[in-house]
Amino acid sequence: MSLLTVVLFLPLIGFIVALLVPRSSPQTSRVWALAISLVTFVVSLALPLGFDYSAAGEQFKIDTIWIASPEIHYYLAADGVGLWLLVLATFLTPICVLISWTSIQHRVKEFFAFLLLLEFGLVGVFVAQDLFLFYVFWEISLVPMYFLVGIWGHERRIYAAVKFFLFTMAGSVLMLAGIIYLYNRAGTFSYPAILAMLSSGRLTLSPNEQLLLFLSFFIAFAIKVPLFPLHTWLPDAHVEAPSAGSVMLASLMLKMGTYGILHFCLPLFPGASRQCAPWIAVLAIIGIIYGALVSLVQPNMKKLVAYSSVSHLGFVVLGIFSFTQVGLDGAVYQMLNHGISTGALFALVGLMYERRHSLAIADYGGVANVAPWLSTAFLITTLASIGLPLLNNFVGEFLVLQGAAIANYTWAVFAAIGVILSACYMLWLYQRVFYGEASEQVGSHLPDMNLREWAAVVPLIVMMVWMGVYSQSFLPPVTKATARVLDQAQVNVPFRVALPSRAEVAGAR
Amino acid sequence: MPVSSFINTGDLVRFLPEIILSVFGTLLMVLDPIVNRRSSSVFGNLTLVALIAALFGTAAAYSQPGTAFGGMLIVDGFATFFRVLVIVVGILTTLPSYGFLKRQDAETSEYHALLLYSIAGQCLMASANDLIMIFIGLEISSIASYVLAGYLRDDKRANEAALKYFLLGSFATAFFLYGVALIYGGTGTVNLSMVRSAITGPNAPSPVFVGVAAALMFVGLGFKVSASPFQMWAPDVYQGAPTPVTAFLSAGPKAAAFAIFLRIFMTALEPLGVGWQPLVWISALASMTIGNFAALLQSNVKRLLAYSSVAHAGYVLVAFTARSDTGTAAAMFYLAAYALMNIGAFAVVSHLSGKGEGYQSLDDFAGLGQKQPLTAAMLSIFLLSFIGVPLTGGFFGKFYIFKAALESHLVWLTVLGLLNSAVAAYYYLRILVMMYMHEPSEAASKAEPLSPSLSAALILPAIGTLVLGIFPGWVLNFADKSAGLVK
Repeated sequence: MSLLTVVLFLPLIGFIVALLVPRSSPQTSRVWALAISLVTFVVSLALPLGFDYSAAGEQFKIDTIWIASPEIHYYLAADGVGLWLLVLATFLTPICVLISWTSIQHRVKEFFAFLLLLEFGLVGVFVAQDLFLFYVFWEISLVPMYFLVGIWGHERRIYAAVKFFLFTMAGSVLMLAGIIYLYNRAGTFSYPAILAMLSSGRLTLSPNEQLLLFLSFFIAFAIKVPLFPLHTWLPDAHVEAPSAGSVMLASLMLKMGTYGILHFCLPLFPGASRQCAPWIAVLAIIGIIYGALVSLVQPNMKKLVAYSSVSHLGFVVLGIFSFTQVGLDGAVYQMLNHGISTGALFALVGLMYERRHSLAIADYGGVANVAPWLSTAFLITTLASIGLPLLNNFVGEFLVLQGAAIANYTWAVFAAIGVILSACYMLWLYQRVFYGEASEQVGSHLPDMNLREWAAVVPLIVMMVWMGVYSQSFLPPVTKATARVLDQAQVNVPFRVALPSRAEVAGAR
Repeated sequence: MPVSSFINTGDLVRFLPEIILSVFGTLLMVLDPIVNRRSSSVFGNLTLVALIAALFGTAAAYSQPGTAFGGMLIVDGFATFFRVLVIVVGILTTLPSYGFLKRQDAETSEYHALLLYSIAGQCLMASANDLIMIFIGLEISSIASYVLAGYLRDDKRANEAALKYFLLGSFATAFFLYGVALIYGGTGTVNLSMVRSAITGPNAPSPVFVGVAAALMFVGLGFKVSASPFQMWAPDVYQGAPTPVTAFLSAGPKAAAFAIFLRIFMTALEPLGVGWQPLVWISALASMTIGNFAALLQSNVKRLLAYSSVAHAGYVLVAFTARSDTGTAAAMFYLAAYALMNIGAFAVVSHLSGKGEGYQSLDDFAGLGQKQPLTAAMLSIFLLSFIGVPLTGGFFGKFYIFKAALESHLVWLTVLGLLNSAVAAYYYLRILVMMYMHEPSEAASKAEPLSPSLSAALILPAIGTLVLGIFPGWVLNFADKSAGLVK
């Protein structure tokens, strides 16, 4: 059995078993969720270990027919980008289980079941190479997240959950139309086959077709990213979601959008992508600055982190549409960074909410006096998030800005403003929450982290440092994959690393 | 001509399902005074036996495909598909009816007999190859359904529903009959294949004349499938009729009506396709839009599902608009998926509504997820299928419909239809929100535990919905094979 199949179906098995656990023993549900998600993570480590870093193209390929007519394949494979996003998903799921251990007290069984179903959907999205299969996972992941927000969220959870579902649904139905249209033109759902047909000229799309198809895909992805001005669902969903939901949403579901743009939009519709690039870049820059400015004035910690995601994801989109090798590398690296550091921020904010039952910044102050270790962890995460050198975000932001500067110097200038603003809002947040005198409520309600919470947070901090200090562990397969994307997008790229030739690429398919 | 040249055993085998259903229906009527109706569920059991026998009859008929009774009937894949579909709908209607009839103190054999007659009519519709046979099937099915709609005779709403259904239904049938009469007048035949050759042949009647006939038939059939602009009756009738009957009406007669719709328009009137396609286009879009937007505002679940069924008729009409074999296959597949999920959803409504059907509002679903997790989980599967979430039959059906539409270059209809399905997600989500995100209501707390027959009525369609979503190939291949109708 293929390794990817195992990694994909372990969470699904976990979901089914979790449903069968009796309602009366929540502890069993917790332990089971932790066990199966850890097993999934350990098994998924075999992917980066067994990955051939010298080869471009998808690996761990498994391709069998799922539905005979119209021919739909169960076609999984991981390229350098999907590989890391998959590992990110399996890495964060046990952490989400840990931070939900005590904070989820009612309907525990369903909570962990939905978390595992969500992992199944996310893993599938990042490795599906059949457009139909991709759409299936894309939509599947929507359902558990809808329930996670709607059942276990805060006061306005129902509004947030429905808004989230409808926004995503509205975008994805158009993508479905695009996928069907492509199928009718190409006669297959297999993504590599369609790319091969495009590059060999057996399938040509007129500029008009290409633009409309590009938009049908791009809008679905842009809603998920979310790109300004399609971001309005995000603050609601993030703020109302339970901590684990926020972590999964920010760290992984937003990446479905940027991954989709990178993996599908650029290679499939290179002309239209380039045609739209200036517009999208401008929207991304607006998102960077707007997200940062709104973060600056948020009285609610979770909302602040949520808007900072809009800003961070703007960098990713900008990197992608710079059409430069460094920009694309930075974008992918930034996806992973944001997954780690914003995931950690949401987890830590969740720990504080569990203690103090408030998300308002004004209700805190002086936390550093009573919970020094929590404060330290939060500080490291804050510094990572604002892009301090030797921590992970610095590498990604630097590459993106470099790429943007190559493409258009003005873009880089404006985007850099976002970096400065991120330092403002994050450090100011830190100052207001952790420094000063501890009020009586803070003093009595904020014990420091316990062992379980350490177990959740330390891996994240380790990753922040590792990814910041030695990016070479992660970047080479990414570069291979993005170089191929650029090659498929047929753009002249300065600073290009050694590229596989067109013939090699075709051979690898 | 001697009788024996008309009727031979082959013809009888091809007519077997209808024979079985009518015989059992009559048997039930006769048994009514004999059996002590209080003590047993014998009528229900007998109905199930009849339906299962009819399934075997259908299989036997399919083993001898061809025409029967001088070309009046045709047993092909298409007919068999719809026969099986309406019989399965009958089984899934009978299962929740046990508990329902007991609750309402209305266990008589007429209910079951009428159900069997109605299904017999629908089987006839599915296999008719002749406008008169189609009309007879339509009438058998409709008249039995009119009575079923008003079956709870002390219920004011049911009476209103039955009367409305009867009056409007009769008008619609009359329109259809006018159309048939015009066709006969113009071509001198009622056989579908001969009509087709007559209107394409050298002595073809004026296209305007045939066009008017087609339009009249479209009105009549549009009513039967509750397509816009003839959908006005649906919400009132669906809301007023006893819930298991509503489930039946929204699945069985609708599927059979679509079967004749497809058969007439894709065979006899297919040469006029360019003419009727814009009409169906408009009707499809209007049905989807009116159905979905009206459903957004409903607070009664039966009414909500009624508008949703209008919208789903619109999706099937999209497949119809495609005017291709893929379109026909897509319509067949979608109708199967739709029948399963719809009848399952109504079974939950029937279960929850309690004695006197008092609990039907959206608020009554509050907290069902906590009180009855299995019921809520099954309804969730049906609702997700309605929305069109992958791995459910509803998703694959929709995908296949819009694929057919795009193949026929109906880009705008596809885009508008898909956007419509995003709008629709909202009102289905409202039910999910109620079930899982609110504290339990009185109705959810009072709901009885699931009886075995009701569990079967929920679990079987749920499994069916998932199977159609995960392994659509089995049904799809059959639909694909059967979609090329005999012309």
